[in-house]
Amino acid sequence: MHESSRRTRGKLRWSKLYSFSCLRPHTSDPDSAQELIGQPGFSRVVFCNEPQLHKRKPYKYTSNSVSTKKYTAVTFLPKALFEQFRRVANLYFLLTAALSITSLAPVKPLTLIGPLVFVVGISMLKEAVEDWYRFLQDLNVNNRTVKAHAENGLFVDKLWREISVGDVVKVKKDEYFSSDLLLLSSSYEDGVCYVETMNLDGETSLKIKRCLEATLHLNEDEKFSEFKATTRCEDPNPSLYTFVGNLEFESKIYPLSPTQILLRDSKLRNTDYVYGAVIFSGHDTKVVRNSTMSPSKRSRLEKKMDKVIYLLFSMLLLISLVTSIGSSVVIKSVSQWWYLSLEDSDPLFDPSNPSKSGFLQFIRALILYGYLIPISLYVSIEIVKMLQARFINKDKKMYDEATCKSVQARTSNLNEELGQVEIILSDKTGTLTCNQMEFRKCSIAGFSYGGNINEVDIAASKRMNTETEAYRSSIDQSDTTSQSLEMSEFSVVDIIAQQAILRGHENADNSNARNSRLSDVRKESVIKVIKGFNFRDDRLMNNQWIYRSDFFDMTMFFRVMALCHTGIPVEDGQTDKLKYEAESPEEVAFLIASQEFGFQFFQRTQSLMTLKELDPSSGKQVKREYKLLNLLEFSSSRKRMSVIVRDEDASSSIGLQINGGAYLESTTSHLSNYAEDGFRTLAFAYRALELAEYEQWNSIFTQARTTVGPEREELLEHATEMIEKELILLGVVAVEDKLQKGVLECIDKLAQAGIKIWLLTGDKKETAINIGFSCSLLRQDMKQFHVCLSKETESKNHLKDMKEEILHQIESSYQVMCQDNNKDSPFALVVDGRALEIALKSDVRGQFLQLAVNCASVICCRVSPKHKALITRLVKKHTGKTTLAIGDGANDVGMIQEADIGVGISGMEGMQAIMASDFSLPQFRFLERLLIVHGHWCYKRISKMVLYSVYKNIAFGLTLFYYEILTNFSGDSLYDDWYMVVFNVFLTSMPVISLGVFEQDVSSDVCLQFPSLYRQGQRNIIFSWSRVVGWILNGIVAASVIFLANVYIFSPAAFRQEGHVADITQFGAIMYTCIIWTVNCQIALIITHFTWIQHLFIWGSILLWYIFALAYGALPPDYSQRGFKILTESIGAAPLYWVATFLVTTAALLPYFTHIAVQRLLSPMDDHIIREMKHCKKDVTENQMWLREQRNSQRSTQVGFSARVDARIRSFKEGLSLKRISIYNNLLGFSGNLKTQPPQPSPPPAAAYEAKISQAFSHMDNRQDILGNNSPEIIRWLCNLSESELDMLIRLKSLILHRAKAIGHDELAKNFDLPTLRAVGLLLMEYLKGKVKDLSQVQGLTKLVAFPECCNLLKGNPGEDSSMEELKACIGIDERKRPTKRPGEEATKLKKQRF
Amino acid sequence: MIGEATSSGGGGKDDSPAAVSGKKNKKPNYSRFTQQELPACKPILTPGWVITSFIVVGVVFIPIGLASLYASEHVVEIVERYDKDCIPPDYRNNSLHYIQTSETDKNCTMTINVPKLMKSPVFIYYELDNFYQNHRRYVKSRSDKQLRSKASEGKKNIAWKSDQEHKFGSDIYPKNFQNGSLIGGGKLNPSIPLSEQVDLIVWMRTAALPNFRKLYGKIEKDLQANTTITVTIENNYNTYSFGGKKKLVLSTTSWIGGKNSFLGRAYIAIGGLCLFLAVCFVFVYLLKPRPLGDPSYLSWNRNPSGQMN
Repeated sequence: MHESSRRTRGKLRWSKLYSFSCLRPHTSDPDSAQELIGQPGFSRVVFCNEPQLHKRKPYKYTSNSVSTKKYTAVTFLPKALFEQFRRVANLYFLLTAALSITSLAPVKPLTLIGPLVFVVGISMLKEAVEDWYRFLQDLNVNNRTVKAHAENGLFVDKLWREISVGDVVKVKKDEYFSSDLLLLSSSYEDGVCYVETMNLDGETSLKIKRCLEATLHLNEDEKFSEFKATTRCEDPNPSLYTFVGNLEFESKIYPLSPTQILLRDSKLRNTDYVYGAVIFSGHDTKVVRNSTMSPSKRSRLEKKMDKVIYLLFSMLLLISLVTSIGSSVVIKSVSQWWYLSLEDSDPLFDPSNPSKSGFLQFIRALILYGYLIPISLYVSIEIVKMLQARFINKDKKMYDEATCKSVQARTSNLNEELGQVEIILSDKTGTLTCNQMEFRKCSIAGFSYGGNINEVDIAASKRMNTETEAYRSSIDQSDTTSQSLEMSEFSVVDIIAQQAILRGHENADNSNARNSRLSDVRKESVIKVIKGFNFRDDRLMNNQWIYRSDFFDMTMFFRVMALCHTGIPVEDGQTDKLKYEAESPEEVAFLIASQEFGFQFFQRTQSLMTLKELDPSSGKQVKREYKLLNLLEFSSSRKRMSVIVRDEDASSSIGLQINGGAYLESTTSHLSNYAEDGFRTLAFAYRALELAEYEQWNSIFTQARTTVGPEREELLEHATEMIEKELILLGVVAVEDKLQKGVLECIDKLAQAGIKIWLLTGDKKETAINIGFSCSLLRQDMKQFHVCLSKETESKNHLKDMKEEILHQIESSYQVMCQDNNKDSPFALVVDGRALEIALKSDVRGQFLQLAVNCASVICCRVSPKHKALITRLVKKHTGKTTLAIGDGANDVGMIQEADIGVGISGMEGMQAIMASDFSLPQFRFLERLLIVHGHWCYKRISKMVLYSVYKNIAFGLTLFYYEILTNFSGDSLYDDWYMVVFNVFLTSMPVISLGVFEQDVSSDVCLQFPSLYRQGQRNIIFSWSRVVGWILNGIVAASVIFLANVYIFSPAAFRQEGHVADITQFGAIMYTCIIWTVNCQIALIITHFTWIQHLFIWGSILLWYIFALAYGALPPDYSQRGFKILTESIGAAPLYWVATFLVTTAALLPYFTHIAVQRLLSPMDDHIIREMKHCKKDVTENQMWLREQRNSQRSTQVGFSARVDARIRSFKEGLSLKRISIYNNLLGFSGNLKTQPPQPSPPPAAAYEAKISQAFSHMDNRQDILGNNSPEIIRWLCNLSESELDMLIRLKSLILHRAKAIGHDELAKNFDLPTLRAVGLLLMEYLKGKVKDLSQVQGLTKLVAFPECCNLLKGNPGEDSSMEELKACIGIDERKRPTKRPGEEATKLKKQRF
Repeated sequence: MIGEATSSGGGGKDDSPAAVSGKKNKKPNYSRFTQQELPACKPILTPGWVITSFIVVGVVFIPIGLASLYASEHVVEIVERYDKDCIPPDYRNNSLHYIQTSETDKNCTMTINVPKLMKSPVFIYYELDNFYQNHRRYVKSRSDKQLRSKASEGKKNIAWKSDQEHKFGSDIYPKNFQNGSLIGGGKLNPSIPLSEQVDLIVWMRTAALPNFRKLYGKIEKDLQANTTITVTIENNYNTYSFGGKKKLVLSTTSWIGGKNSFLGRAYIAIGGLCLFLAVCFVFVYLLKPRPLGDPSYLSWNRNPSGQMN
């Protein structure tokens, strides 16, 4: 199969399809560039096909292997140690460990060195493992193979890392280029090849590369045996789009341009093979040069933690200073203390030199009070983060079945940062979209087809229904009569929507035997999913369109669709359907669509396009050939492309084009509807040409084409303008750039969580905006600011002008923003890549970023990888907010590295993004759970953990200091050395770890239901300075309470019945017990989520202390020192010990407990309330309230699906209430005795709207007749009715009046009062709905879709053959034409359509 | 070395998956542990809980406090300072000299009046104030090893410490200490094993605070009220140089040990405070009730502008 297609099309000159490109001049002036060669910066010489010359200097260049490792075996130790000791705390501990060996140390060296080695060791091990994975990844890349020329035309497999500069390599279809190559020739005769540069710049369209004419003939293996050439070119640089060089071949010099350069990491597409010579290898390649250094990232919280540690340090210094001063002051009086025998010289207690003693005491105090610095915190955090990362990796809800991948936390030190993200910078293609186009809708000759009602409307109407229902049932239970029609007004949308969605499905279970055949067919069509074609409309599908009256337009439409493109068909082995390849994926989508509609484009030769067309008259497929005369390719200025073809039998040529000019009115509305749904829209139009006119034009065009010089573009433009006019619009198609699964919901949730999403894409503006709409980053009522350079300025390329222009745009936008403070219409900013480049220049930057951060969404298009990284950095720096960058390709690497958190999508494309990322996700949608659930949790966990650790160490460390005061600042410690070691390592660490790993303030469902809980992290309210200080104070209080209470309880009287007095060992052990109890009970007060693990750890830790005391005390006194039989003999037996523990623990916790009790009472935080609501089961018992709060919490959201729905509902409601007021006023006007009626809540009166209403009423026959003579009760009742109900009542009444007049008995009409009419109306509605259901099952009804519209008596606009979209528009937009036709007429219309 | 990943594209897909990616592809198994869905108790700090816990603490603490206060009140304690009184009047102004010379008679006799019945055992303590036995110099100078080992010069080594400050030439009962297990069976000198040098052992148990008592002896007989006890004290120990105080203490014990009213008072104070807080909270809840899970306290409802506090 592949072979045959190669034979038929392999040598096809594709390039000819692009009629401009072959004659397009080089972008840069080749002559001036050539002069540079040989100058500094342009000195590289490459001997093609002579790699052996590059083995020695001066032509020895770097090898092709690439390394992303941070360390090597040699550098690991120094580098990793350096990294570790960059942490100030670690440095301090290193210092104390060193000092502990000297005699100064108050404790044994092991107690200080042990923990440090443990902490640093674990962190380094982690680094080593991470680097090992990077090494494996490099190995994988470097060991790929490519065919390289060995000798005599023989190509052998070579590993990538062995490729050297000068090698000639042969790259096959869909392979990646191993290094930067000079294209020598390709499988195409004219030496072009197609390259996908997705990994470089994220652009999905194929790029054409073309070899020099001179090397064109080198297209077979054998021809390389003799080939020799020399390239002189620029030195390695990161610029992807420039290249300066020349090729000396057969003693001639040819200039080279970027067109001849194939860049590493791009992919060969649609070309069987190419030959190329390696110019840059390995780290010299442009893509490697383009990448920036990978920074080691630390989370914001950790940075703040450093500051907290500094604070503790200053505390430490302070108390050490106090100790040192104290000791040097008292040392004088100490000299009187003969029992200390200070005669033998101890520098620490030298009364003759108090300052020296003081200093030494200071050093000793620094070591002794080291317990203030939570050294174990670093270890616990490392362990906790590792476990958190494991939980993230193991989360089943973030596992993608399709790719069999789950989320990977590649570095675990940013877990808590996930809970603080404020700005997400997202790539588009591959991240939000799956780079797949789908044909979704079309509008032909003014009718829209394939329309599902847009999801926003469905959601809006659904929600309004439930809201109304809730409102009615809660507020207005007594008034059963006003079971509102308003509900059915929205229900209609529901029905239609569901029908539209379920069409096909619902027939599957149709048991009607008569329809079985049809349903079979339908079932089939539903089951068969066609890639790129997501269109359901029975009016067109299965060739039903030929029965429509406007089949001529349809035929033309499909024909144009099948002809106007650049694609080629590819045979697909299995079916008779063809597949297509084309320059852009949109073209593929509508080629597939036209094939589905019966216009199969099945062959293209150089000048002939062959279609298999469905002939509407016969219903058979006929083969027709079109001679391709001209192809005017797409240009961004014209925004259209066209082909001129000649029909085989008709003498006239037909000009066809895309994105044409004049639209029919309905088509325009369809177009804007499509655009709002985020579809890419393309219009098709055609024009019949007379042969003579064509020939005349063709000569002008050919002349323009062949012109060489600056005026060429202009001439061509002019020529195309001549022919692309007076077009007849056929219709538009809507193509969906398919979003990845769940993207919409994910963005919605993220927006609710207060995260701003910036879209950075390499694509062009229109595409970017479309995607903005389709993922709800933009909506229609948003004010869009566009910042882009005008054509003239851009062409002048004058920096100052450009700056001025951009600045002007930014400032005017900002003014608009300041003036307009309406919260309901947020702002969006759309920036073009070129403009962005200017805007990021240092002097404009400030204003630009200020504008950008104030916009609800920002879209940057045509952005290069460098700029992506730059904007990320600036946003990070300027706003100080936490940024997250997400992308999938190599072009996103810079931004991923630059952002606070980099996330790579492990989708289809390469590994670079993942390798550079901190987290890798299989799908964008998992970001929701990663941030809102795991991020939130991790943030809270780590914050609480840090705060608690600070508290714990202060509570412990300060008792040491207090004791110092009582020992006359002599530097002795109250506790046994081993007590001090086990305090942080065993007795209090497990509860902290359980807090850090298992704590959940709210469950994951609640996190997702209330994304606004995420804002706690963004505002950093858990780890704010006030809380840090609060916890420090709590620690101080706890230490003071514990110490003082113990001193007063145990001194000086006996503490046992046996008369024993507590000595230092017992006193220490008792105090230690109190501390263990206090800190462990304290953590029990913090933890809000107790599983058996927390219970085990907390209570186990306390128990462990007693076990430890027993075991330690049981050791021989040589080892146990102060702990010898402490529990069994001395303190354990004393009731006072236990009673005092109880008292001290309670007293030490009392301040905190009182504080949280007051805080919960007066200013509870959101998570407290929500937990309480959950606790009271309010989510079940008061579901309405639960849901309402969920919505309320989103109130400030400005982008995302929900926000769009909100906006829509707002506009619904506004319209509705306006109408009610008008109608009410009208009624009031007729019956003036109702002045006491309480006025409706009044939004600002809309004069225009009122005018419209009264106009609508004015052509009623006689409004006095209709609405007069009503009792006040009825008027009041009327005011409660919805506007649509009123509409119907008025219309029914007017019909009855009319009828009554017709038969000459006017008084009969009076029998029908309004309540009666309402009952009639309801019956009528029900009847019609039933009818519609029946009709939908009747076979062969081509206009099935039209029927539900007709039942919409209350709203419909049934005069015309309106489409679903229009119906939807009617519902959505209240300012519609008021129907003048009466229900009776509508019913007849209905009948007409049936037959 | 360029520290980033730009190596090249499509590795994971095109090539046979490396060992790394092979691991990745494992589907996580479901367990309540890995999915963080372990059954958990989620206590809520409800007003009921707050008030209940305050009341419980109050109700539990006050009886304990009363009990210990009661116990403390029943302990009879007699404290007599003797360092001043034991200096003969002519040395009053030169107490240092008095204590340092060997010429003076250091014996002094005090009479102590027992105010209340003191049930046996009555413990005799000596109390020192402003004496830093916990001083690092002091702590470090002690060598437990030497005390334990059969060092022949042990006596000499500890001799400066064994310069015991006061001898109780009491007319009463033999010493009968139970203490002594702590310093093992090493003998100080052949005549008396160190373990029986109980005075020394007691002394060697370093006091934690500068104000401390040491057990000296025990009177295994009830002391009736208004009994007069005559105590002969050998006032040897020099506390005059650093202004320390020396006291003789006679005390009975209860289950909480010696006289210790602080414990009882602290218990009662904390208990009372908790009851007071409980009452306060009841009032606050009554005056400004916040129903549990009241959504109006949610930040978005409190701040309709959408700004969180």
